[in-house]
Amino acid sequence: MQPDTLLSFRDVNTHYGDLHVLKGVNYTIGRGEIVSLLGGNASGKSTTMKTIMGIVRPTTGSVAFDGQEIQRLSTSERVRRGIAPVLEARRLFPRMTIYENLEMGAYTQKRDAQFADDLDRVYGLFPRVKERRSQLAGTLSGGEQQMVAIGRALMARPRLICMDEPSMGLSPLYVEQVFDIIVEINRQGTTIFMVEQNAAMALSIAHRAYVLQTGHVVLSGTAAELRENPAIKEAYLGEMQVAPA
Amino acid sequence: MTATDLLVQQAINGLSLGAMYALLALGFTLVYGILELINFSHFNIFMVGSFVALMALEAMGVVGQQTVMSGFPLVGVLFVAFLATTMFTGTLGVLIYRFLLRPLRGVKGPAAMITTIGVSYILFNIVLLTIGADAKNFPNPLPPIQWAIGGAVLRLREVLIWVIALLLMGGLTYFVQYTRLGKAMRATAQDPEAARMMGVEVDRVIMTAFFLGSALAGAGGMIFGLYYNFTSFIVGFNAGLRAFTAAVLGGIGNVPGAMLGGVIIGLIEAVSGQMIATGWTDVIIFSILVLVLVFRPSGLLGRVAPNKS
Ligand SMILES: Nc1ncnc2c1ncn2[C@@H]1O[C@H](COP(=O)(O)OP(=O)(O)OP(=O)(O)O)[C@@H](O)[C@H]1O
Ligand SMILES: [Mg+2]
Repeated sequence: MQPDTLLSFRDVNTHYGDLHVLKGVNYTIGRGEIVSLLGGNASGKSTTMKTIMGIVRPTTGSVAFDGQEIQRLSTSERVRRGIAPVLEARRLFPRMTIYENLEMGAYTQKRDAQFADDLDRVYGLFPRVKERRSQLAGTLSGGEQQMVAIGRALMARPRLICMDEPSMGLSPLYVEQVFDIIVEINRQGTTIFMVEQNAAMALSIAHRAYVLQTGHVVLSGTAAELRENPAIKEAYLGEMQVAPA
Repeated sequence: MTATDLLVQQAINGLSLGAMYALLALGFTLVYGILELINFSHFNIFMVGSFVALMALEAMGVVGQQTVMSGFPLVGVLFVAFLATTMFTGTLGVLIYRFLLRPLRGVKGPAAMITTIGVSYILFNIVLLTIGADAKNFPNPLPPIQWAIGGAVLRLREVLIWVIALLLMGGLTYFVQYTRLGKAMRATAQDPEAARMMGVEVDRVIMTAFFLGSALAGAGGMIFGLYYNFTSFIVGFNAGLRAFTAAVLGGIGNVPGAMLGGVIIGLIEAVSGQMIATGWTDVIIFSILVLVLVFRPSGLLGRVAPNKS
């Protein structure tokens, strides 16, 4: 393993009962990178994220974070070591306030001066989140919820943030904002592994990308390479976005 | 007594019953909120609690109606009995979850619910076979202090029951609203998988819910004994059913709802027993329940549409 690898999958297979989802998958995410995971519906993108978080356990293969195998660790231990999720469809706690949602993000962290700093950082990135901090999360618009979801991940003081379709269901203006924020967070030093269906957007900010198809990695490379790849152009970047099935 | 005096008297009685039902209802609601499981063993955890309190008091030499205490010794004896009871039933609840319900997590269908009914019957029969079928005298160490409110009478024991219940409900509300584990409990109830990905150890949260709910049921059992001056293997059934009704009436899964539902059921029971006829109490309680649910299926304080997907 190269010293600058933060997360890696080695020949990972996962199953839901008899359903074989990830079929011998390899990923390598370097420290400081933005890596995007593209792929059609049901290809196993969310399963990849759940495997990183320990919600799904690989049947075979290994997952390593920061040089150590983590596939047997509990989810809470993984969060403690610095992996935080931005979940598909945001999944805020709807009947808790925004502030409480941010507190939940910091669940594994001590309540010290750092907590206040982290909170300031989130409020700095998202002034609207600060304004609304006493509001119940379920009453926010989708775009606002996504801001809180990203803020919640930051509160865990992560070294790696795993984002599952951060642009899903957002208006173009918000998509733009979310991607700007992702770049900013990455610039501040956090590695990003990001599932996206919006390939054009994803490839515009990612350093590298993987393409997953029915559980196999069928393509990988730098974002520039993939943008020029004819197969990608046709499947993901054409005039017609691949419509969700 | 005038009609007003009677009403005041029944309000006093109703608030005491209501306090007991509210404590018991909270246990149903805490567990349901997280697991969507109706824990029927709760009925007889309450009953066991009344016996643990009885034994603890007797072990300290407080027996029958003869021992009357006051001041610090009284508070001390009640506090020790309370601690023994709540620790015992809280632990019992955790053991039931850990060894009988946790293995069923992820199993769909009624298996877990049937298990709780089975456990309830096991507890019921263990008490019947080891302690016996006849009602046991429950000590009343309180001095006979009382106050007149018009023609109605407020006894020290009612004030004590209210104080205990208010402290417990206040403590629980504080725990759920403001502590780290309490917030984790609410988060888990709203989205268990997301809570887990925040680093919450969901199993620990569930055990906490079982511990707290069962401890409150034990406290309710002790209150039952102090209020009625007896207990028996059979008392879990009526109290449990009313408390469960209270939890549903208030909106199951909702903590303030359980408290409100408990007080309402207690008041209905006392007032209808007085104004109409004791025999009709159940008809009235359950008619009100049915009516409320027809118009507000999620209960008085429950969410109208479940937020879970
Ligand atoms: N908990 C589960 N139990 C059983 N099957 C599941 C479960 N979660 C996902 N699957 C199945 O695994 C396959 C991959 O699902 P996954 O959620 O990883 O897809 P995805 O690439 O994220 O798709 P989408 O773009 O729709 O979000 C699908 O066929 C899905 O139905
Ligand atoms: Mg998905």
